[in-house]
Amino acid sequence: MDDTIAAISTALGVGAISIIRVSGPQAIEIVNSIFSKDISNVESHTIHYGFIVEKNEKVDEVLVSVMKGPKTFTVEDVIEINAHGGINTTNKILELLLVHGCRLAEPGEFTKRAFINGRIDLTEAEGVMDLINSETDVARKMALNQVNGKVSSMISNLRNDLAEIISNIEVNIDYPEYEDIKVMTVQDIKSQISVIESNINRILNESQNGEILKNGIKTAIVGKPNVGKSSLLNRLIGEDKAIVTSIKGTTRDSVEATFNFDNIVLNLIDTAGIRDTDDLVESIGVSKSLKIIDEADLILFVLNYNEELTEDDYTIFDKLKDKNYITIINKIDLKKRIDDSNLKNIVYVSALEDKNIDDIKDKVKELFNLDKIRTDDLTYLTSARSKAILIKVLEAVKDVKNGLDCYMPIDMIEIDLKNIWNLLGEIIGESYDEELLDQLFSRFCVGK
Amino acid sequence: MYDIIVVGGGHAGCEAALASARCGHKTLLVTGNISNIADMPCNPSIGGSAKGIVVREIDALGGEMGKCADKSLLQIKMLNRAKGPAVRSLRAQADKITYPKNMLKTLKNTENLNIQEAFVKDILTKDSKVSGVLLEDGTEINSRAVILTTGTYLNADIMVGSTRHREGPHGEKPSNYLSDNLAKKGFIIKRLKTGTPPRIQKSSIDFSKAKVEFGDSEELTFSFDNKVFYDVKKQVPCHLIYTTPKTHEIILNNLNKSSMYGGLDDIKGVGPRYCPSIEDKIVRFKDKERHQLFLEPESLFYDDIYLQGFSTSMPLDVQEEMVHSLPGLEKAKILKYAYAIEYDAIDSRQLKFSLETKIIENLYTAGQINGTSGYEEAACQGLIAGINASLKLEGKEPLILKRSEAYIGVLIDDLITKGIRDPYRLLTSRAEYRLLLRSDNADLRLTDYGYKVGLISEERYNRFNNKKMLIEKCMDEFKTIRITPKENEYLTTLNTESLSAGVSLYDLLKRPEIEVTNLTKYLNNEYDKEILEQISLEAKYEGYIKKSMVEVKKMEKAENTRIPENFDYDALHNLASEAKQKLKEVRPDTIGQAQRISGVNPADISILTMYLKG
Repeated sequence: MDDTIAAISTALGVGAISIIRVSGPQAIEIVNSIFSKDISNVESHTIHYGFIVEKNEKVDEVLVSVMKGPKTFTVEDVIEINAHGGINTTNKILELLLVHGCRLAEPGEFTKRAFINGRIDLTEAEGVMDLINSETDVARKMALNQVNGKVSSMISNLRNDLAEIISNIEVNIDYPEYEDIKVMTVQDIKSQISVIESNINRILNESQNGEILKNGIKTAIVGKPNVGKSSLLNRLIGEDKAIVTSIKGTTRDSVEATFNFDNIVLNLIDTAGIRDTDDLVESIGVSKSLKIIDEADLILFVLNYNEELTEDDYTIFDKLKDKNYITIINKIDLKKRIDDSNLKNIVYVSALEDKNIDDIKDKVKELFNLDKIRTDDLTYLTSARSKAILIKVLEAVKDVKNGLDCYMPIDMIEIDLKNIWNLLGEIIGESYDEELLDQLFSRFCVGK
Repeated sequence: MYDIIVVGGGHAGCEAALASARCGHKTLLVTGNISNIADMPCNPSIGGSAKGIVVREIDALGGEMGKCADKSLLQIKMLNRAKGPAVRSLRAQADKITYPKNMLKTLKNTENLNIQEAFVKDILTKDSKVSGVLLEDGTEINSRAVILTTGTYLNADIMVGSTRHREGPHGEKPSNYLSDNLAKKGFIIKRLKTGTPPRIQKSSIDFSKAKVEFGDSEELTFSFDNKVFYDVKKQVPCHLIYTTPKTHEIILNNLNKSSMYGGLDDIKGVGPRYCPSIEDKIVRFKDKERHQLFLEPESLFYDDIYLQGFSTSMPLDVQEEMVHSLPGLEKAKILKYAYAIEYDAIDSRQLKFSLETKIIENLYTAGQINGTSGYEEAACQGLIAGINASLKLEGKEPLILKRSEAYIGVLIDDLITKGIRDPYRLLTSRAEYRLLLRSDNADLRLTDYGYKVGLISEERYNRFNNKKMLIEKCMDEFKTIRITPKENEYLTTLNTESLSAGVSLYDLLKRPEIEVTNLTKYLNNEYDKEILEQISLEAKYEGYIKKSMVEVKKMEKAENTRIPENFDYDALHNLASEAKQKLKEVRPDTIGQAQRISGVNPADISILTMYLKG
């Protein structure tokens, strides 16, 4: 019971208040590290208002209840974070807790701790044990299912490639006299590590896409006045009979309206209401646009077919480099004045004449790989646990690289490589055992 | 009436007998042939990756192998120098005549220790407790404890080609009754197999076709006594050659004649994965054009060369052909033919961590009878069995080394928790905390235990404590002495970045290009190389060492949570049945050990933990 556990203890749902519970010796310390106020010395059983922050950026506005042991359900220090809800935000908070040192609680683990620490009796606990037991297989499958087949086999392949390197290093170490066995070089390790890194980054990105599908794509429409943003919007909405609703957004996402097409949800962010888009956008300068771009998953950058590009347009393009964006050149019913020879992701439309509007939707699907994702299999890595592990993998990859750069000997590097191997195993539900040794003996010819 | 009887005079038996006698217990060593005491029937070397560290551990605990090897060296080198401090390990060619001779001398000069030539037929017991041994000639010898270190002698069969003979190594008489009698007492008997390559007459080899392999040019010792008995300049070299296409052809054409590949159809023994026979290597690794072979000197006193890598169970005429197909060995004379040997071992999961058997109180086993392979693996078990039998008779708690403390701890835990399929060899990859289990710090890890059990003398212990004190003092200097940009001129000569502000010697030492000797001129005192080495390792690998310590810490709680000896797993109705089965077989001492049993998953551990608390 040395470790501190965390879990979301309310059902996930958009708009509902959600509670994330943390229990264990480091509960206060860990929450303190992601909370805007210092709660390290507050009275027990008190509630504190503030923000969950990640690298100085606000994630959510929350109420934090501090309950110090032993007068708590688990008898340990317990913190409950009341968040604004939303799958995205709640998961994000859990993810932060895991990254900062919490372990995701197993099913029934809070109850289990309550029992172990003498808070509840054996009869109550027996029930929990049966639960743990019955969930063993399910849990194992869940661990597997939280990553879909594609990701799982990708991780499995990465892990196998890594095992080859590790067992090669082990053979070099355990059978140093065998000179005809390939000696692992820094370059071999570096290239393998880079493959792992880029794949993990890709999985994380794709998971982001998976999440986007579940939770909606944060979309911003930017562009100069009179390029036809609102008529374009009305075309998109009108045509698909979209429901325009007002959802109370979190402080992080100022979602003003959502509409969907083909089961894809677009959340319009901070366009300050569709009703008066035109008025407002007119007052929005480039700097405001840049802020919006930062927050969005997708930017619809609307340009006028009939106008030349300005300095401001180029500034925005520069900012769009690393984002998903669609360059919508509107008003193709007019004469061409724009020089679009250097532009990318272009869709030519005429909102006025309702021309090529569907091309925008296709482009959205293309950008987010949505055609390839079956809508009933949107799992990817939506679990905070898997994500936290992948983030740890990236950290370990960094450790390997640093070690190599500092000319650390292979036995040190190997510590981090094994760590990566174990972490990858954790994600796909495989454990250590004698796997590596078997590799070693089956792949290399050594002996007396 | 003896306190302790040790059955078998191999590497396990010698350590067990010495530990027991040195702890003040009246000890009898029973061996089939006194002239075979501490014999090296296979390769003429001591140490190797991981094994060399075990020899250092044996020495730190007060065992004999390291000291004896130091007195019998033909050549010694430090392996894996470039691969890092965690995996450096000593390997020596030891003289096959001198080593046993030195060991026998030590045994004979040890108080409380008698040696008797005889074969043990059975273990005598009274109420499931050992009371002595019964010899094959019918004599009974009484004792309070017995340690079995029978090596490969239990029901041993030597196999060459299609022949099988009931005999031990070098055609010695095997032990024909003991293993069956152990089976009657409830021990599960396994059949294992190993082999040894041919020995070649040195003068018949043309060494000009081989690559020479020298020992290190620096003086090295296994023992922390640091006494050097050999002349660095007069080390005997080894030689490296490769198999030829012709060798492979001969082997493939005669495969059906090898005992292993059809020559014998009643082979039950499981051979070691790490040292396959040459025919096995050629079959399993078809694409490999050639295999490395080492020509290792066996002794200064006779002419045998050990052909490492060429273990086989082919008939004699095929062996001749095979040997003659090797470069430089075209006219070689085979002095001893290769053979495979099958022998009985017990299931190591029937042992406690002290190496006492679970079935019979005060009966201990060590070495190949427990399913291991290798002189060093045997010796360290013998030492632990000797120590623990002594402690038991003194009414004290056994010495149990953790996986995070010693390779010996890793080995014994693997034996008891996982059991073995094939003869077990120690590898650095078996240790999860190998950065902590280094060759250089074996004394720091284990000397206290050696002293506590009475195997380390006051004199040596004082020396050890002095070393520890000096390390602390030196570390203190490194951390408190700061150097400033005034030293930049000197730093430039070391090809390191100039300083812009003051920095401690310790932090400066962290730079990869800085050697500890570059900084000694700033120290107030002079320190030995081994002291400075400790500072250097600590500084350079601090981050990695911390990571390993965190891992150890994580496991500590589980390792310290004990499961009662007679715990009723059947009462836990919600344990998975596979887990229940495995737990009942192994009967783990702690939750940590239970976690390492394959087939026991985290949910089972949760349930177990809960019941233990409730």
